[in-house]
Amino acid sequence: MHIVVCIKQVPDSAQIRVHPVTNTIMRQGVPAIVNPYDLYSLEEALRIKDQYGGRVTVLSMGPPQADAALRKAISFGADDAILVTDRAFAGSDTLATSYALASAIRQIEKDIPVDMVFAGKQTIDGDTAQVGPGIAKRLDMQLLTYVSAIRELDLDGKSIIVERRAEGGVQVLKTRLPCLVTVLEGTNEMRFATMSNMFRAARHPLKVWDKEKAGIEDITKIGLKGSPTIVSKVFAPSPKSVKAEIIDTESNQPKDLAVTLLAKLFTRKPDLVRDIAKNAPWSN
Amino acid sequence: MSEANEPRKPARKKVELDPRLAAYKGVWVFVEHERGSVHPVSWELMGEGRKLADKLGVELAGIVMGPPGEDTRKFCREAIRYGADLCYLMEDNLLSDYRNEPYTKGMTDLVNAFQPEILLIGATTLGRDLAGSVATTLKTGLTADCTELAIDMENRSLAATRPTFGGSLLCTIVTLNYRPQMATVRPRVMAMPDYDEKRSGRTIAHPLGMIETSIVTKVLEYIPDNLQGKPQLAFADIIVSGGRGMKKPENFQLIWNLAKVLGAEVGATRPIVQAGWVEADRQVGQSGKTVRPKLYIAAGISGAIQHRVGMEDSDVIIAINSDPEAPIFDFATYGIVGNAMVILPALTEAFRQHLATARLAG
Ligand SMILES: Cc1cc2nc3c(=O)[nH]c(=O)nc-3n(C[C@H](O)[C@H](O)[C@H](O)COP(=O)(O)OP(=O)(O)OC[C@H]3O[C@@H](n4cnc5c(N)ncnc54)[C@H](O)[C@@H]3O)c2cc1C
Ligand SMILES: Nc1ncnc2c1ncn2[C@@H]1O[C@H](COP(=O)(O)O)[C@@H](O)[C@H]1O
Repeated sequence: MHIVVCIKQVPDSAQIRVHPVTNTIMRQGVPAIVNPYDLYSLEEALRIKDQYGGRVTVLSMGPPQADAALRKAISFGADDAILVTDRAFAGSDTLATSYALASAIRQIEKDIPVDMVFAGKQTIDGDTAQVGPGIAKRLDMQLLTYVSAIRELDLDGKSIIVERRAEGGVQVLKTRLPCLVTVLEGTNEMRFATMSNMFRAARHPLKVWDKEKAGIEDITKIGLKGSPTIVSKVFAPSPKSVKAEIIDTESNQPKDLAVTLLAKLFTRKPDLVRDIAKNAPWSN
Repeated sequence: MSEANEPRKPARKKVELDPRLAAYKGVWVFVEHERGSVHPVSWELMGEGRKLADKLGVELAGIVMGPPGEDTRKFCREAIRYGADLCYLMEDNLLSDYRNEPYTKGMTDLVNAFQPEILLIGATTLGRDLAGSVATTLKTGLTADCTELAIDMENRSLAATRPTFGGSLLCTIVTLNYRPQMATVRPRVMAMPDYDEKRSGRTIAHPLGMIETSIVTKVLEYIPDNLQGKPQLAFADIIVSGGRGMKKPENFQLIWNLAKVLGAEVGATRPIVQAGWVEADRQVGQSGKTVRPKLYIAAGISGAIQHRVGMEDSDVIIAINSDPEAPIFDFATYGIVGNAMVILPALTEAFRQHLATARLAG
């Protein structure tokens, strides 16, 4: 069983601040983390490895610093790590990213065939949920998105049964390996790194691939050139021109405040009473 | 994902479209349905698609794929009544349940055969699965989770705006030299259009041309969610939400009390959900639900951008916050500066009395 897990290093967006005057991102000091959604996929892959044996290879495309994300993954138990990094990838959108990652996975396959690829449900910076499906299409793999449980895995029969979150329920799907899986958040909880894995992570010789090693055949398909979407502008959300009307009675008694507010509210929205009556029966 | 990388150089303004691509005309909306009903996001997109089509002076089409039969055809009629000029209909038993393979092939074939310039899909679990696959197969651009769609008349391109950097900034993305221009939009981000019983339009049927044995993935079972007792925030008329300003889980009962009087759903900010005071389904905001109720009451909520994007389209927003400088007052309709623990009970009582009087008056 050989599983490739695609992980992305992202800025911890909880700590991102926008410069109030220039509207630019203030990156200084913002820590980089492994995209949180990718950890559910990595954990699921590690569980398969625990149960069936085999190898887990983590793959990331990004700047040289992204090696920290890969070492983190090794500390959790991944066996091998590949960083695809090249200036030529800069500015890649989802279409170009899926091309590059799919191409790297084909290179990985030259050593050991790949049975499954895992990707995160989405990233917290790009937040598109498109790279996973894109890789699957490019590798002509079956695609299983939003998987909440792996019910059965038959290595000899090369088949898998999963539960997939649909809008109004859960689909139980059976498909053939190799396949690409994206895992729903909350499906599992990432294990703690063991001491020995932490040591291994620190020493592990990461494979660093430039575009040639990653097997990129057509450089017009990567980077800005290979990206159909173009960011035409970045801006801060415009403050609403009208600010809230602050309800302030002379007396400042909570009861008076409430009555004044309601009078205004129901003058503005007379129909609300009907909507409330519809939802809140008499008994209240 | 480039959208999150450093903003790239602004796009060149005027672009001469490849004549082959200039032949792509019309706006399409994928009509998503599951278990016999259409997902409302499709109609919300139909309303938005109508505006884009009118701006471009082209037709708006609904794309309906499903098993042969009256149900599927009914969705075509509905698509037209919600604003489409025509409907492309693909009927095949292989399309009974959503599966990536046949739906991707069906949609890709339709696009290649009829060449739309814009294709809109709901950002649901189904829509994102399909959109990512179709865009990759067609090798075109896709902008996910847009909050605003417009036409840049200079080059007739779709200007799709979406949050970036965890919602702190917005970016506008264009797809200049590829067609169709694809975008997904989350449920409740756009308003529901009117349903016009009298609208009529034509239907164009197109075959899927696949056989079951060529489809690798099989649906073994479908387990519908048990919605009993599950929060239904997305379509609630009234929502009462609490944030970290509620201080203690016990105080959150004040939110529930007001919600009960109003027949409202209870919502919350992310820290509240993370603290486990309410279920994850109640989180409003960028990584939770987008809502657009008639009335949204926010108590002890600062109004961070990630929360704001999920609720700012509510008709009326009442904010209760002890800090007069809280950002929520920048976009709420009414604001009360004060202690939520005092204001909420007073508000609950005032509503109770007002409603009792209204009921007596009939
Ligand atoms: C990638 C990302 C995604 C996110 N997604 C979401 C999301 O989907 N939804 C979401 O909500 N957040 C989300 N967040 C978090 C968001 O940035 C804010 O941290 C969060 O919304 C703040 O919640 P809050 O308003 O409850 O708390 P705070 O920001 O701490 O605000 C508490 C408010 O309560 C007021 N207050 C204090 N005491 C009282 C009192 N006695 N009476 C009245 N008011 C009082 C304070 O003045 C303050 O304004 C996300 C963040 C990131 C980085
Ligand atoms: N640069 C990257 N390197 C490795 N994996 C990536 C990269 N970008 C995206 N992915 C994978 O694709 C998933 C979806 O990303 P996105 O489409 O950006 O939301 C992520 O959770 C990752 O698993």
